[in-house]
Amino acid sequence: MDLLYKIFVDPFLQMGTAPDLLVQTLWEGLVAGVLYSLIALGFVLIFKASGVFNFAQGIMVVFAALTLVGLHEHGVPAYLALALTIAVMFCLAFAVERLILRPLVNQPDIILFMATFGLTYFLIGFGELIFGGETKIMIANQLGLPRGAIDLKMAGGFVSIQKIDIAAAIIASLMVAGLAIFFQRTRIGRALRAVADSHRAALSVGISLEQIWVIVWFAAGLVALTTGIMWGARSDVSFALDVIALKALPVLILGGLTSIPGAIVGGLIIGVGEKLGEFYWGPLMGSGIESWFAYVIALIFLLFRPQGLFGERIIERI
Amino acid sequence: MLYREAGQFKTNYAADVAVFPILQDRIGLAVILFIAAVIIPWFGSSFLIQAIMIPFLIFSLAAIGLNLLTGYTGLLSLGTGAFMGVGAYACYKLTTHFPNVNIIIWIAASGFFSAAIGVLFGLPSLRIKGFYLAVATLAAQFFLSWCFIRQPWFYNYNVSGAIEVPTRSLFGVPITGATATDTTRYFVVLGFVVVMTWAASNLVHGRIGRMWMAVRDMDLAAELTGIRLLPTKLLAFATSSFYCGVAGALLVFLWYGGAEPAVFDVNLSFFILFMVIIGGLGSLTGSFFGAALIFIMPIVLRYVPPKLGIPIHPATVEHIQYMVIGALIILFLIAEPAGLARLWQIGKQKLRVWPFPY
Repeated sequence: MDLLYKIFVDPFLQMGTAPDLLVQTLWEGLVAGVLYSLIALGFVLIFKASGVFNFAQGIMVVFAALTLVGLHEHGVPAYLALALTIAVMFCLAFAVERLILRPLVNQPDIILFMATFGLTYFLIGFGELIFGGETKIMIANQLGLPRGAIDLKMAGGFVSIQKIDIAAAIIASLMVAGLAIFFQRTRIGRALRAVADSHRAALSVGISLEQIWVIVWFAAGLVALTTGIMWGARSDVSFALDVIALKALPVLILGGLTSIPGAIVGGLIIGVGEKLGEFYWGPLMGSGIESWFAYVIALIFLLFRPQGLFGERIIERI
Repeated sequence: MLYREAGQFKTNYAADVAVFPILQDRIGLAVILFIAAVIIPWFGSSFLIQAIMIPFLIFSLAAIGLNLLTGYTGLLSLGTGAFMGVGAYACYKLTTHFPNVNIIIWIAASGFFSAAIGVLFGLPSLRIKGFYLAVATLAAQFFLSWCFIRQPWFYNYNVSGAIEVPTRSLFGVPITGATATDTTRYFVVLGFVVVMTWAASNLVHGRIGRMWMAVRDMDLAAELTGIRLLPTKLLAFATSSFYCGVAGALLVFLWYGGAEPAVFDVNLSFFILFMVIIGGLGSLTGSFFGAALIFIMPIVLRYVPPKLGIPIHPATVEHIQYMVIGALIILFLIAEPAGLARLWQIGKQKLRVWPFPY
């Protein structure tokens, strides 16, 4: 009885008595959720266009951030380093298409999935070899990102909001809007959607799959770079960051593997759910439940909607 | 010339459905078993037995376990590491609570605990499949890893948070703990691996294996032919977790001699999955090939460059090792997506017709 009270009543009482804490927790959850959404977005872009479940997205985030910081350390001015990093991500996209996707075309999904594992290992080794394995500090100031916090008076207390988080939310929204326009309004965007619908039909009307794959991997690389900058500005840049890729997986299955709105909504749900769970229910079970709480949320959703919240309905034929 | 089946007639049905219908295969198997059971323990150095053969056999067993699930039943799982952990921790709890019962029994019994947990986390497999299922099994991985770290009951409220393997003997010879010799441990591991591989081979060649493969090839069609999906899939999860659990118990009790919870993290799951994919999905032989390649490759990379007189900084070696492993995985997938087992098949076919091209 006492345990039930602690699980079902007590946390809500706490939320009622200290609304400012609740708002703070919600805000932190939303911010974490934005970053999860961004990573999931990179996954979804690639999955839609090439059917590859890209495990390397997390390490691409680290690799992009590390390239940016590493170039700056070698004396390249911040904005030039940004441009160079974008160029590096393009080269990466090109190399992936040429060296991995093209030879493995028409292989089962799991083989391509494994190949992205190989890519992950390769990028870890390559990044550490060139830039060293130690933790680095993101060049947030030099890129003109704001720092410091704003204290808002609301709900009978203070809620502290980091400026960088606001910037992250704005940049993420801009990027999603940009991607949406790119997908809906441009010729290449239309080709991308065609490829996502059916590879064969797209090929038959003369769309070059190779070109589309390079573009999509490049777009995912840009998303990864943005994520890397935002995440790096909040904590430091190190290879430990690649665990956030594992955090993005429940977001993916929650939102559906093929849906961009799904990735965003899923990210926010997971971010908020995780922070609320950790803050209000965590102490009951010993701390650290963040590591698996997201998966449990996703599993519960999956039991009711196996294709995720926004995924395409799974139709099977014999 | 040597590998030719001409003149080997099958005169009854049993000979026709035998696992090794060709005489040379049976001789080859006997030679391999002889080398493993006599030559290696007699002539092998301590390094070969302790650092290569024991872990290789244990990882092969885990790879067989995952192969039953992913290769034969088509259910992608990323929770192998956690299921191995369940086996190890179950064995630890059992042998510390009941120290008088033979450790061999507890190692085998720990597989059942792992199987029960596997069935529990396999339940969503009826609703979801493919990558969705893979992520769902990651839930098992992270939840169980968390349990091993945060719930002190699992490691008997040790201060260190790690488990220490106590010394246990069989017929007066210590087989676990610090006093056990390499050779004894090797024989125990070899015994487990041989018996369980034989059992797995019988499983996949029999009715159950055929049911699994039918589910893998198309689960809807399998259901229409009268295979009940839920029991079949859960049986696959249970058997697979049983193998992984025993492998986990062997890993801690006969190789590491103690374990931190971090041993059973998600990287171990990926490691085993590599072995299965590189070795060949749906092939028991492939599991051994995959384990050999993935486990021995890093050792070779670590020891060969210094032997050749190439001076490399240890940290650099590690980075290059990552790059080489990544590149090799991609290369192997491009060269032979069906895995090393397929290469073996092709090689055997070539040998059969040699010296003629076909």
